[in-house]
Amino acid sequence: MTNDILIFAEQRDGKLHSGVAQTITPARELAAKTGGQVVAVVIGDGIDAAVDAVKNAGVDRIISITSGDLKLYSALRFRSALAAAIQKVDPKIVLAPATFMGRDLLPRVAMRLGAGLATDVTELSFSGNGALDVVRPVYNGKAFCHVNFPAGKLAMASVRVNTFAAAAGEAKASVDAMSDAGGAGDDRIKTTEVARTGGGVKDVTEADIVVSGGRSLKSEDNFNQLIYPLAGALDAAVGASRAACDAGYQPHSRQVGLTGKTVTPKLYIACGISGAIQHLAGMRGSKCIVAINTDAEAPIYKIADYGIVDDLFKVVPALTEAVKKLNA
Amino acid sequence: MKLLVLIKQVPDSTTNIKIRPDGEDIDRAGVKMVVNPFDEFAIELAVQLREKRSDVESITALTVGPASAAEALRTALAIGADDGIHLQDDAFAKLDELQTAALIAAAVKNQGYDLIIRGKQEIDLDSGQLGPALAEALDLPHVGAVTALDIAADGESLKANRRIEGADEIVECAIPALLTIEKGLVEPRYPSLPNLMKAKKKPVKTMTAGDVSGYADAVAKVGGTEIHKLAPPPQRPPGRILTGDPAEAAAELVRLLREEAKVI
Repeated sequence: MTNDILIFAEQRDGKLHSGVAQTITPARELAAKTGGQVVAVVIGDGIDAAVDAVKNAGVDRIISITSGDLKLYSALRFRSALAAAIQKVDPKIVLAPATFMGRDLLPRVAMRLGAGLATDVTELSFSGNGALDVVRPVYNGKAFCHVNFPAGKLAMASVRVNTFAAAAGEAKASVDAMSDAGGAGDDRIKTTEVARTGGGVKDVTEADIVVSGGRSLKSEDNFNQLIYPLAGALDAAVGASRAACDAGYQPHSRQVGLTGKTVTPKLYIACGISGAIQHLAGMRGSKCIVAINTDAEAPIYKIADYGIVDDLFKVVPALTEAVKKLNA
Repeated sequence: MKLLVLIKQVPDSTTNIKIRPDGEDIDRAGVKMVVNPFDEFAIELAVQLREKRSDVESITALTVGPASAAEALRTALAIGADDGIHLQDDAFAKLDELQTAALIAAAVKNQGYDLIIRGKQEIDLDSGQLGPALAEALDLPHVGAVTALDIAADGESLKANRRIEGADEIVECAIPALLTIEKGLVEPRYPSLPNLMKAKKKPVKTMTAGDVSGYADAVAKVGGTEIHKLAPPPQRPPGRILTGDPAEAAAELVRLLREEAKVI
């Protein structure tokens, strides 16, 4: 085992996932302690732009695995490719952003390599015996726990997106192409297409800012009249509470919460959302939370950084205007 | 087609979590336990497949957990599973998710299950590791976070949509396979009272560590993480309520978001 930290540098269509540069930040801190290198692995087809982006984030070494068979994500092929790269580098720790791909891929790789794995971690350090010790949320964010890894075994973790600032550094890394990664012939899983959903509007899991509406919006039309213009002015995604989705005001793909999506944006604006446990589970990790609700006793105000206790039908248009004035 | 549905008993999502003074676990006294909501989708999917297709031979529900987890198995049996497997041993309580996957793999390998179905994540530990890890241990393909599913008439392959950031991946997958289910694919039904009564008569096989061949080896090979020091989430500083008419309050909010919070 070397002292290196390996990063799975997720890309889609040649575009590096924004969580990769963030994941490099704790990786460099860990590498400073182990005295090892930070090695990024990029897997796909037509990935030059992604390799350049990860280079600019300041890693020490890059391994690229390219093949037409790796153009779209397949759990089996990507598992073989990543496992082969890990075996070649023999790192102490493997990190990846906690994305849909990371969450799908890492358990398979960890199982294959006999590693330990923690998902969605927010802090990383070493315990007294030199083993990795991480912090992660459990019970829908109602608690956090430490996860101690066994010493002497490969440790893997996916890192919660928007927890660490993106790393930048000197683009000095050498790029090694690795060809024989195996698994290319496994056709049992084939992704045939990636179909955009949501009509080209940003997804809540991709956005730095999320504007969400609750049932008090009363209709899909009011979402269009109030929430979407504010989201447009802020270049934000639109989210919704379970009640709003169940009422048909927004599709379930926009639902933020326990049975919806978990988001950790820089800014979360909750409009007419009271803050049921189910909703808080999906957004309490946001950096800055704004609540707009007529009920001053609503639980959302317990976690909000800023609040306006007033009618969202008056406040939201005023807010949209104020943002537009700022941008002008 | 033989279906295996994996379920986990978890604290109800609306329950308040109290952490034990030693920080090693939550205080489980008086906590309402339910079937993990995502696993309810998995049971429902299995029952709907039987209703729609003529080739579903059996639906088995499996859980790993203490004696009280039998309640979750009974719910699955009442919704429509034929029989249950309860992996129950004090030794299992300390396993992490990868080791639990290794345990289940050792217990079900060579049993000829065509589809193994599970929720996309558990709402207690929230990791979602078990499904993909079990697929790896059994050398099966898997599709995670399924939102649409079409199984070929011959039962040899399936086509699924899997939710990712702002898009669906459309995946073709050979059977046997493992699927983890996202919200939106099916709407779970409530078990009826007569079915709850009937469920009591359905067979449940309890297996201890000694009943699972290769258990110790399988579990020693992987994982081994330990959870310690549970704590409530860090306190957020009290928020600031902005007053004034909507235009004033909105202008002040925008100023604070730009100058103080630095997020816009």
